[in-house]
Amino acid sequence: MMNLYKIALRNLLRYKRRTLLTASLITVGVVFVLVFVAVSGSFKAMMIGQITDAMLGHIQIHKRGYVASIDNLPLNLNLNAQTAARIDEFLGKQKNIEASSPRLKFGGLFSNFIESTNIRLNGIYPDREFKTVPLLTSRISEGRKTIAKGEILIPALLAKGMKVKVGDSVVIVATNKDGSVNGKQFVVAGIMEGVTGPGGRDGYVHIEDAAEVLRMPELEISEVAVRLKDFDRLQPLAREMEKQLTGEFTKDGKFPLEIHTWEGLSPFANVARMLDIMTFFIKLMLVALVLISVLNVMMMAVYERIREIGTMAAIGTPPGKILMLFMMEGLSLGVLGAIIGGGVGLLILFILNAAHITFNFGQQQGLLLQAYVNPMDFATIAVIVILVSVVASLQPAFKASRMEPIVALRHV
Amino acid sequence: MSLVIAEDITKDYRVGEVIVPALRGVSFEIDPASFVSFVGPSGSGKTTLLNLIGCLDTPTHGRMTVAGVDVGALDRKKGAAFRGANIGFIFQDFNLLPVLTAYENIEYPLLMVQNIPAEERRRRVTTLLEAVGMADQAGKRPDQLSGGQKQRVAIARALVTSPKVVLADEPTANLDSKTAHTVVELMKKMRDERQTTFIFSTHDQKLVSEVEIIFRLEDGLLASPRNGEG
Repeated sequence: MMNLYKIALRNLLRYKRRTLLTASLITVGVVFVLVFVAVSGSFKAMMIGQITDAMLGHIQIHKRGYVASIDNLPLNLNLNAQTAARIDEFLGKQKNIEASSPRLKFGGLFSNFIESTNIRLNGIYPDREFKTVPLLTSRISEGRKTIAKGEILIPALLAKGMKVKVGDSVVIVATNKDGSVNGKQFVVAGIMEGVTGPGGRDGYVHIEDAAEVLRMPELEISEVAVRLKDFDRLQPLAREMEKQLTGEFTKDGKFPLEIHTWEGLSPFANVARMLDIMTFFIKLMLVALVLISVLNVMMMAVYERIREIGTMAAIGTPPGKILMLFMMEGLSLGVLGAIIGGGVGLLILFILNAAHITFNFGQQQGLLLQAYVNPMDFATIAVIVILVSVVASLQPAFKASRMEPIVALRHV
Repeated sequence: MSLVIAEDITKDYRVGEVIVPALRGVSFEIDPASFVSFVGPSGSGKTTLLNLIGCLDTPTHGRMTVAGVDVGALDRKKGAAFRGANIGFIFQDFNLLPVLTAYENIEYPLLMVQNIPAEERRRRVTTLLEAVGMADQAGKRPDQLSGGQKQRVAIARALVTSPKVVLADEPTANLDSKTAHTVVELMKKMRDERQTTFIFSTHDQKLVSEVEIIFRLEDGLLASPRNGEG
């Protein structure tokens, strides 16, 4: 086998320019795919990280029907105190859950005593919320990185538009589910950067303050945000959780809750899906590029070496070894392209990261591009290139192995 | 017992719609350790006959037996195995593998065809390199060798598997007369030392004198064999 490989390598070196050209083509393809996968993957991972870790959490539990009306923040679709407590107890027993945070969401009027505007607010337990969405504190650009009762975190756009600063007093006025209006004064504890997506421009108050504004006799919950220990197992864990919750909460054949992963709550999931489709097609282009270039070069090699093949066959080389010889040439081209392409690709990624390139996405500005390709993607791309190279050389190699020695020896 | 037995061999080729007879009923026998040449003008059927003996082609009619095997009945795989074990080839254009050195070219059939262990390979290749006078050129590739040197390497390659028959199709056609004479002398010497049968084709009259048994072919028919003058 080693000897076949030695001959295959020497044959490749015999046509240095052609080999170099083909390997360069494969290299360009590999570099392009690697950089695309790394940049788009990093962008996707960063955005998903922002959405899940600074806003939504990994999974959310609502009363059935809430998500369909989520834009209205319907108070009549809240989870009652008893259900909320049972959910809390259920989540507390789960081993795969890192943290969970109940939220009371409502819409209201925000006033700085001079003018007023609409605001969407999340009533939270700060400790639990910051454990469930740990990047939330990083969004607080001014003020304290937490809130206490009587304090409010407001979105930066609102603060700017209403000329409100940290430490100012503001008033929140809201209508409860019975239609009565109530107001409460808050001190601005911090100003938060907005993020793209639902709830990205919401304010935050303590959950007990929210209940007070809404005049709730006992605390109701709009949603429970859940953070998993292992985000990579989101889908199976979400399905498992739904199954268990269904078993526990179904009454009279009706399951009163609904469970959504972040993908069912954020439109960015569609962008992420589109990026995945684009990545698939880019990989498909790489397959076509490798297939065509290796097929072309191997067909040329067989055509040019017909007499040589005839000689090998005449002196008794088994057809299988002739087949292997040409397949090894194709394989070597693929390996060469994958190695050089991988090296150049990683170098480009290193340079991209060293250049500290930033970009804007929606409300978020100055996002730092951190292109990273995980070893699995890297291995997948290399395996694709090598496998396709072998497949591409199969037909020419088969043709060479089936050649009649007498015909091949007569070839001019 | 004869090493090669041809019994009423005919071979037709189809060229478009026309059938061209290359051999029209040829019978002969060749004994082991013979030094035989088929002579005749171009198109007389010399190469066709060598191809049939060498199991590279099958007769249209008749039976070709080499070392007791009906070579016309072998399939592709068995044919390759038979050639690898019993037949050595020397070509007019030398047909050395250009990416291999002289040493590696000679070693090739032992490695790729017969799977001989490394030590035995080294011994056989070295012996043959010395026998053909190419020991000092072992590391050179074919493009660094002269025509005569290439043919010496080709002779060594043909002999390295210790075949029963070496077939040489116009082995001196691309060599000057002095080199051609040397090459034929070398083949004769190898025959004497190894008792290998050499069968070659030529239309070079000067070489005919070197041969022991001559088969004259004309228009696909064989005249009676006669002893050479050498």
